[in-house]
Amino acid sequence: MSPIMSPTVTIPHEHYLNVSYGVKSWLFTTDHKRIALLYLTTITLLFFVGGAAAVLMRLELLTPPGDLVQSETYNKLFTIHGVIMIFFFLIPSIPAVLGNFLIPLMIGARDLAFPRLNLASWYLFTLGSICTIVVVVMGGVDTGWTFYTPYSSTYTNSFVVPTIVGIFVAGFSSILTGLNFIVTIHTMRAPGLTWFRLPLFVWAHYATSVIIILGTPVIAITLSLVALERLIGVGIFDPALGGDPILFQHLFWFYSHPAVYIMVLPAMGVVSELITAFARKRIFGYDFMAFSLIAIAVISFFVWAHHMFVSGMSVYASLIFSFLSMVVAIPSAVKVFNWTATLYKGSISYESPMLYGLGFIGLFTIGGLTGIFLASLGLDIHVTDTYFVIAHFHYIMVGGSVIGYLGGMHYWFPKITGRMYPEGWAKFSALLIFAGFNLTFFPQFLLGYLGMPRRYHFYPEEFQVLNVMSSAGASILGLGYVVPLIYLIWAMRYGAPAGPNPWGATGLEWQTSSPPPTHNFEVTPVVTQEAYAYAESTEDIKGGS
Amino acid sequence: MHMRSRRRISKVEADGALAEQFDDLAQQHEAASLGMWVFLVTEILFFGGLFAGYTVYRASYPEAFGEASHHLDRLLGSMNTAVLISSSLTMALAVHSAQEGRRRALIVCLLITMALGAVFLGIKGTEYAHKFTERLVPGLDFGYDGPYPGQVELFMLFYFIMTGLHALHLVVGLGLLGVLAVLAWCGHFSAAYYAPLETGGLYWHFIDIVWIFLFPLLYLIGTHS
Repeated sequence: MSPIMSPTVTIPHEHYLNVSYGVKSWLFTTDHKRIALLYLTTITLLFFVGGAAAVLMRLELLTPPGDLVQSETYNKLFTIHGVIMIFFFLIPSIPAVLGNFLIPLMIGARDLAFPRLNLASWYLFTLGSICTIVVVVMGGVDTGWTFYTPYSSTYTNSFVVPTIVGIFVAGFSSILTGLNFIVTIHTMRAPGLTWFRLPLFVWAHYATSVIIILGTPVIAITLSLVALERLIGVGIFDPALGGDPILFQHLFWFYSHPAVYIMVLPAMGVVSELITAFARKRIFGYDFMAFSLIAIAVISFFVWAHHMFVSGMSVYASLIFSFLSMVVAIPSAVKVFNWTATLYKGSISYESPMLYGLGFIGLFTIGGLTGIFLASLGLDIHVTDTYFVIAHFHYIMVGGSVIGYLGGMHYWFPKITGRMYPEGWAKFSALLIFAGFNLTFFPQFLLGYLGMPRRYHFYPEEFQVLNVMSSAGASILGLGYVVPLIYLIWAMRYGAPAGPNPWGATGLEWQTSSPPPTHNFEVTPVVTQEAYAYAESTEDIKGGS
Repeated sequence: MHMRSRRRISKVEADGALAEQFDDLAQQHEAASLGMWVFLVTEILFFGGLFAGYTVYRASYPEAFGEASHHLDRLLGSMNTAVLISSSLTMALAVHSAQEGRRRALIVCLLITMALGAVFLGIKGTEYAHKFTERLVPGLDFGYDGPYPGQVELFMLFYFIMTGLHALHLVVGLGLLGVLAVLAWCGHFSAAYYAPLETGGLYWHFIDIVWIFLFPLLYLIGTHS
């Protein structure tokens, strides 16, 4: 199917982007759509800072000896890459940009429940980002993004406390976003929009918000305790007093494992929208899709110690956490099967968002299956702290979250800007990213299985071929990220007008004009049918305001 | 798809209390109340990290923790418990007065609540000062020479972090009540609109409940050892 575009579509006379102009109209806005764009700008900048660190690491690993950077610098590079990409890009990416923009539109509301809190959360996020960037400029931090004690609390001389302040402040911002989403979804749905008529994107953000609300405060207090220990010289993780550094790991992973699902659940929500829109079918097993999101959110809180199988835990605890980690794979597998079943006998078309959607399913499956390897006690001990782990979580975080984010950005770009992007370039860069990603990270599975440990800037000669492949892939992947940056910025101004519903998709967000007016809908919509009513005639779907 | 015109906003609701994203005051009230509950869940997990750490170490070092708890002032602690529970009562009375539209009673109850909160902080400050003279402040000045010095320092660390964080929440609560008292003075609330008082009250009761857990865990565990 090609986009349903009549030659008469134009940009509406007044919309949220042109109601007012000037820096103040953006910095003091309470419009969720404008705040989403503020977030978009901030996280895009941070993505390229975090990416630059990765480029330097891959350059260093091109050759076996440590010849480009010293080990200290390398430690700082992987730390800053991890801290920025996780806390300042992946966690806010889909929720704070797409979720912020779309949730009120998808539920037929005028805004989120607490618009000023929403703006405050962006300011907090920006403050935290500045903190972290200042740390990079001052000389960096070298603990790894995991801040394991007692190295982080006692031994390192790098800037741990300012980094923790940055993460703490940014954590507040994600708590406020999660709180806003939960309250909005509960109290502000349009008439007739029952829970089981909600798009799965909204369910995914609900589940994500629950994890944010329950997990983030724990990392906030845990990292604060590390900062306190550095400041006053004694702390509750201090072995000299009888404190236990492993307690830190438990508290850290209590947040940081569920955080993986903060990153991937929203992407699952995006993919459910993409697959249904471009297969032109209702989702297979809606109830199971909704409940599996909630199941993942709940189970994710009971698997944290699979990061600690070699840290010194009782074997029985390890067995239980190993079992629970495999249990969390079940709802994830339900989702993959249901997306696949949705494709079955669908009228599939391959626009660029769909390429990202299909890419997500494949890459997430590889990431998920290797996750089961890592949940198995015996195998995990063999590959702990090797590139196998690096490859596994990049398949989830890049192959899953980033691909989902990019797919969503393309799919909703016409709604956000009112214009289409160049489809040819979009397809080209989607393929570039898919190829570059696999070339970067698949060799790392092999490297890890052969025993190459993570976090070293030199390695034995026999690993060079695979490392060269990985670095070559990284350069393709990097190009794949730059190309969309250029054509999307170009299309904001020069793209062809998109019209309210260029994909012929269902969902309330496609019923209002593109870009939407400040209060989203001229009249509050009344919902009379399920979320993915594609099976009915396409004539119904083309309609809209 | 059918469309329905936006619900008509009544005149009473339009006079400033109703934010534009809501259809009516009932929806706004529900959102505010749910928002505070969700925030309190976050707070529980925030303190929860500390309670978990405390539990782990108390299970590991029961004698040392029992011994250390003797160095806290049980009388002052009990007084503070009474003060804080009384403040929760006056807070509940404040919300009740607002529901009945009694502005004077509302303001008096809010002021008494704030006064009790201040008394709590005063007593807490006195206790902290005693710890400095007894040289029981971990990291800064710790001169304890009894049994289990390391673990006793660990206990005192939990004492200062947990009660300190609690006191910080109380200071924020005082600020919140101050704003509410000024708004009440200006006649901002009525029997129809008192949601901010209810959510402020939730927060205040939460501070109270945290103390209800802190008091026995810190002050009373040594009673029978």
